[in-house]
Amino acid sequence: MADFDQELDASGLNCPLPILRAKKTLTGMQSGQVLHIIATDPGSVKDFDAFAKQTGNELMESKEEGGKFHFLIKKA
Amino acid sequence: MAKKLAIIATKGSLDWAYPPFILASTAAALGYEVQIFFTFYGLQLLKKQPALEVTPLGNPGMPMPMGMDKWFPVLGLALPGMQAMMTTMMKKKMTAKGVASIEELRELCHEAEVKMVACQMTVDLFDMDRTAFIDGVEYAGAAAFFEFAGDSDICLYI
Repeated sequence: MADFDQELDASGLNCPLPILRAKKTLTGMQSGQVLHIIATDPGSVKDFDAFAKQTGNELMESKEEGGKFHFLIKKA
Repeated sequence: MAKKLAIIATKGSLDWAYPPFILASTAAALGYEVQIFFTFYGLQLLKKQPALEVTPLGNPGMPMPMGMDKWFPVLGLALPGMQAMMTTMMKKKMTAKGVASIEELRELCHEAEVKMVACQMTVDLFDMDRTAFIDGVEYAGAAAFFEFAGDSDICLYI
């Protein structure tokens, strides 16, 4: 997994909390910085893809590893 | 210019409290400008201490825990205490599954500057006291709703 600037563990949280927490964390970050999000909600795979498309933040990576979902989002 | 989402929230049960707050908070996170107009039973969602319950009555789609639907036919669901018990079980399940509480989602909406408008007519109709509602609520009528909803990209009646 590529480098990241900040990490958000949203394990155990259900829709829409992972997205809301990610949005809040991104708000406090600089443009170009990368956020690593860990989630267990299977719905978050489609949701982070949709979140990136609609907000202009880039979804650099989306993968499942060890029963958890990992996302890398670069702030626009 | 930001997209706009207008929601009318008309229901005051625990289960129906979720769609307006989930959609409003998510839309706000996606950059939407959001307004929710609370009318009739939907006003219960604005109470400082919302006492929301879920009822199995008249709700054949509600999954019943422990096969209770086999043991309690429809009339059994009307027994005193059944609604309170269902509500407790639903809340426990929600906590176990990492589903946010209504108060938490509502606070997230508030932080995301979702505008919450209470229907003044219903407040009068039910003799409700404004002090029972959370801070930051605006009071208006149908015309005010259309001012926002008329320019909205998505408009939902829940």
